[in-house]
Amino acid sequence: MTTNQWIQLIVCLGVLVALAIPLGLYIAKVFNGTSFWGEKWLGWLERFFYRLGGINPQEEMDWKTYALAMVLFSFIGGILLYLQMRLQAFLPLNPDHQLAVPRAVSFNTMVSFVTNTNFQFYSGETTLSYLSQMALTVQNFISPAVGIAILMALIRGFVRKESKHLGNFWVDVIRSLVYILLPLSVIFSGILIWQGCPQTFRGSQKVQLVSPLIYNQPVTVQGRNTTQPMTIIHQSIALGPVASQEAIKMLGTNGGGYFNTNSAHPFENPTPLTDLLELLAILIIPVALCFTFGSLVNDMRQGWTVFAAMFILLVPMIYCCIHFEQVGNPLLNRIVTGSTKQNPEGNMVGKEVRFGVTDSSLWASFTTASSNGSVNAMLDSFTPMGGLVPMWLMMLGEVSFGGIGSGLYGMIVFIILTVFIAGLMVGRTPEYLGKKIQAFEMKMTSIVILIPPLLVLMTTAISVICGGQGVLNPGAHGFSEILYAFTSMTNNNGSAFAGLSGTTLYNLMGGIAMWMGRFGIAIPVLAMAGSLVQKKNIPESTGTLPTHTPLFVFILVAIVIIVGALAFIPALALGPIVEQLKMIAMTMH
Amino acid sequence: MEQGKPRKLFDQQIARKAMVESFRKLTPAHMVRNPVMFTVYIGSLLTTGLGLHALLSHGPTSAGFIFAIALWLWFTVIFSNFAEAMAEGRGKAQADTLRKNRQEVKAHQLERPEKNAKMREILSGDLRKGDWVLVETDELIPADGEAVVGVAMVDESAITGESAPVVRESGGDRSAVTGGTRVISDWLIVRISSNPGESFLDHMISMVEGAKRQKTPNEIALNILLAALTIVFLIVCATLLPFSIYSVTMAGAGHPIAITVLVALFVCLAPTTIGGLLSAIGIAGMDRMIQANVVAMSGRAVEAAGDVDMLLLDKTGTITLGNRQASEFIPAEGVKIQELAEAAQLSSLSDETPEGRSIVVLAKEKYDLRGHEIHELEATFVPFTAQTRMSGVDIGSRKIRKGATDAIESYIQSQGGNFPKDVQQGVEAVARMGGTPLVVADGLRVLGIIHLKDIVKGGIQERFAELRRMGIKTVMITGDNPLTAAAIAAEAGVDDFLAQATPETKLQLIRESQKGGRLVAMAGDGTNDAPALAQADVAVAMNTGTQAAKEAGNMVDLDSNPTKLIEVVKIGKQLLMTRGALTTFSIANDISKYFAIIPAAFAPVYPELSVFNIMHLATPQSAILSAVIFNALIIVFLVPLALKGVQYRPASASKLLWNNFLIYGVGGLIVPFIGIKLIDMILVALRLA
Repeated sequence: MTTNQWIQLIVCLGVLVALAIPLGLYIAKVFNGTSFWGEKWLGWLERFFYRLGGINPQEEMDWKTYALAMVLFSFIGGILLYLQMRLQAFLPLNPDHQLAVPRAVSFNTMVSFVTNTNFQFYSGETTLSYLSQMALTVQNFISPAVGIAILMALIRGFVRKESKHLGNFWVDVIRSLVYILLPLSVIFSGILIWQGCPQTFRGSQKVQLVSPLIYNQPVTVQGRNTTQPMTIIHQSIALGPVASQEAIKMLGTNGGGYFNTNSAHPFENPTPLTDLLELLAILIIPVALCFTFGSLVNDMRQGWTVFAAMFILLVPMIYCCIHFEQVGNPLLNRIVTGSTKQNPEGNMVGKEVRFGVTDSSLWASFTTASSNGSVNAMLDSFTPMGGLVPMWLMMLGEVSFGGIGSGLYGMIVFIILTVFIAGLMVGRTPEYLGKKIQAFEMKMTSIVILIPPLLVLMTTAISVICGGQGVLNPGAHGFSEILYAFTSMTNNNGSAFAGLSGTTLYNLMGGIAMWMGRFGIAIPVLAMAGSLVQKKNIPESTGTLPTHTPLFVFILVAIVIIVGALAFIPALALGPIVEQLKMIAMTMH
Repeated sequence: MEQGKPRKLFDQQIARKAMVESFRKLTPAHMVRNPVMFTVYIGSLLTTGLGLHALLSHGPTSAGFIFAIALWLWFTVIFSNFAEAMAEGRGKAQADTLRKNRQEVKAHQLERPEKNAKMREILSGDLRKGDWVLVETDELIPADGEAVVGVAMVDESAITGESAPVVRESGGDRSAVTGGTRVISDWLIVRISSNPGESFLDHMISMVEGAKRQKTPNEIALNILLAALTIVFLIVCATLLPFSIYSVTMAGAGHPIAITVLVALFVCLAPTTIGGLLSAIGIAGMDRMIQANVVAMSGRAVEAAGDVDMLLLDKTGTITLGNRQASEFIPAEGVKIQELAEAAQLSSLSDETPEGRSIVVLAKEKYDLRGHEIHELEATFVPFTAQTRMSGVDIGSRKIRKGATDAIESYIQSQGGNFPKDVQQGVEAVARMGGTPLVVADGLRVLGIIHLKDIVKGGIQERFAELRRMGIKTVMITGDNPLTAAAIAAEAGVDDFLAQATPETKLQLIRESQKGGRLVAMAGDGTNDAPALAQADVAVAMNTGTQAAKEAGNMVDLDSNPTKLIEVVKIGKQLLMTRGALTTFSIANDISKYFAIIPAAFAPVYPELSVFNIMHLATPQSAILSAVIFNALIIVFLVPLALKGVQYRPASASKLLWNNFLIYGVGGLIVPFIGIKLIDMILVALRLA
């Protein structure tokens, strides 16, 4: 890495943490159960939602009610979204006359947005009406709010003693919308509009090209393949309510682009400033939630511990990505430089010239570390090892910051696992934050750590058994493309490696993987919260395993890597690792 | 029985039996109880079948290699069975000794609990709860019960290993008798308290045999985790087959991964080390309790002992020596110390309590007062009664009395006398120092104070410091007043004390602590301890205690040593630590196994992956075989650790974590690299690679 790259990395991480700490403490205020200054400004909106939904904010829920509310809410939201996409041709705000979205794609997209995955087997500008895009925006708000709600329920499981109640799902969702997601998005949208993001209901604009484009179009004439010269003088510029969707897409770990090329598109990411801000927006709330956690459990050290573990999992991966992208493809380097010297531009295949290697690699790492999944460069064209980084970050189970709420509750599950093993090593029934970790918690933990590898490997296996449909680059790279797609969907990340066409099989299987990857984890987490909340609080003593020491962070990181990601080593060996080795071997010849 | 004498870890006889037993345990019905080892068992069957198949047809994998893998997979299963059989064998040996005492004996059943009631002979097996039996000299007590009439010396060495006989008498706290013990003098009438098969001895036998062993809560939690990890690795290996077929198709070269290799990879990755030793660890934990002469009524209790964070200890007998001793005479104003000493001695001459004797001894040693004989003085001894709370002696008209301050005070005042102020101050000073003041009066004259002192046991302070390092709070329970209690608590170094304790306040203290999330352990022997024992999480009843106390507790200490609580906590912690250490070791092992097997497994398709063969293992076959052999042998190497438990030194949790993480985590990472390489070198040397 060059000095410039180090500076960019350090500035970016520094600003991120500096902003996340106050935001985290603010979020803690929203949820600590007492009234705070924000209610003076936005209380009316909160109360409006309560009246609208007929919600009694004082009502408390046990874990089953809470989980039921969560599933029903997501399910009904999903059905409405599905209907919207299927019926968009008959609904307003469709200036470009988009037809109904195909069934399989609608199903996949519906699950994708409801589960905060935002995997896209479609191109926004050629598939969706403006109303459909806005319907997706609604889920962009709701799905992270649900993530925060689940996290809050889990935190209450630790904080409350000998109770049954985990809070009120509706209150948690509404408060995170009203006090966190909406205000931040409104501010961010404003900045994006100022920087040049469109925000309009006007249909796509046909403009004349500065100079006509002439090219040979392959055609078949009387059974013979031939070409025919074509001249293009017009271009359609897709528009729409972009800024409003872009803001929450970045802030809510959503990542589903308005346009097909996502944040590489100049209307989604027009300037260097927006690139930096969007980069920060990817991780800001997931990082902030670490400090929210510390504040809510009344022990900031615990928050810092979680932050440190997540940070340690992320930073070496960023380094790895930038490094391999900077070194580039030795075979291409030879052509460009005529020697074995590196091309100083690094691997620019599939990258926006505006962003180059550093910003693209940073983005790729950030977006997969969090479960955002937006891209500003095409990951399929990264070097094999550069492409392994985003895959690895997702394979960790999206716990190195991860999705809003989901990243932290996933990490807390890993902490419980670590506490269990480490706790046994000090000769006590393991406990975390004063709550005993017993058989029921281990059962739920086991489900949570079991689901991601189970889904990823099974769906990938089914795909290759079916012959690896729709793979554009056969061989080890094609295998990476399939593995990446299902890793991304199962872990609710949503970034696409690309190079894989969305067949019906992938759409359906991916939809199921996303649903299970979200609720198959959220429900056991809530069940665990329901069990923890009933327990007594054990006072801390020197016999208690400390969960805020560097050693604990180290063991936690080791457990996340060994239990979370090592299961994927054989698969990775057959994909990116062997591809990189083959590339090096070819350079030697 | 040879308790207290530690048995050799690998007793030859036990080991031989265990070897046979490890094959006998190969039935599916037994194997299925341990999910991790069951999958290895299935893998062994599968590879054996594949080997047979390879003999008949010519596949890409040689039959010899498959059989070698199959053989070592079978060893993996057998070694795990051996570990369990060893642990059980050690328990069984103990149970056999116990069972010898359970022979049927003739009992003399009585119609009424009277010595000359009508009597008939009956076999001990036919006795029922509530029957009365007469046991005379040199007879075995036929069943557990309670002495209702009589006093006798009983030899309980069969149960406790202690050769000195103990007194058992009706009423009070020494009335419980155990079946299989022998009356060596006098006689007892015993009311039988258990039906056949439910006696203490029966219970003990079934506990040490591990026959009725139920999985403890922590063991269940760990089992769930291990099962989950096993499933993960099962899927990892199962999906590798389609992955490699796809890779072969795409590469257009090589052949897919062999099923034998997949099974080998699976067994190496699955947590077989901890899975194979888990039940042995549990059984060995119980065994260690018995080595310490403590019988736990359930494995759950042993485990809970590790979690204890508060110990309630009786002052008398645990923290201090059983009795107080006179240490000083403090005369009242105008009284000579000689006079006080003499009066004190006279009043204590026929006081046979240890305190009384210590007064006589002090007077003799310090003031050279010759001991008198009470009949020489023609004195009448006035014994202690609960009403007067004084004792003393009448010699002619002299009425010498000694007793508690308030008793003497009211005695003096009732006769119109005056209780001097300086004595009052002296009394308070003694109490403040943790002593017990006794006031001596001659007629209406108060002579002064005898300072009785509790003698704190040697070395007890260090033990409490140790407990504090372990994060365990110690609370002293005493009937003394708060002043005295505070002084002794400070001297002994306990964290807290409960003064003027009654059964109710004890129970209340336990309940409140439990409400605050603490796990409480206590020891007790009396019937009045029973409610508190029943409430405590870990309750060690003394074997000399009453039946009620034994029933309320969840452990019985055969040595009747309340300090044993500390031992019990250590054993509980050791049990959990052993599990944690081996789990960490098992998981850390996986990293090296990936390095050994992955390059070897994919060598036929992607030879490029051989860069990961960092151990430079000779051939793909030898790499896989070495990993499997290491995986099997490590179980055998760790059997002693599983049986003995990891070393435990009292320290804070963070320090323990450091130590054990370094040994079992980092060690678990490094050891297999060395082990697999060594095995590979041996295979090469033997030309098996």
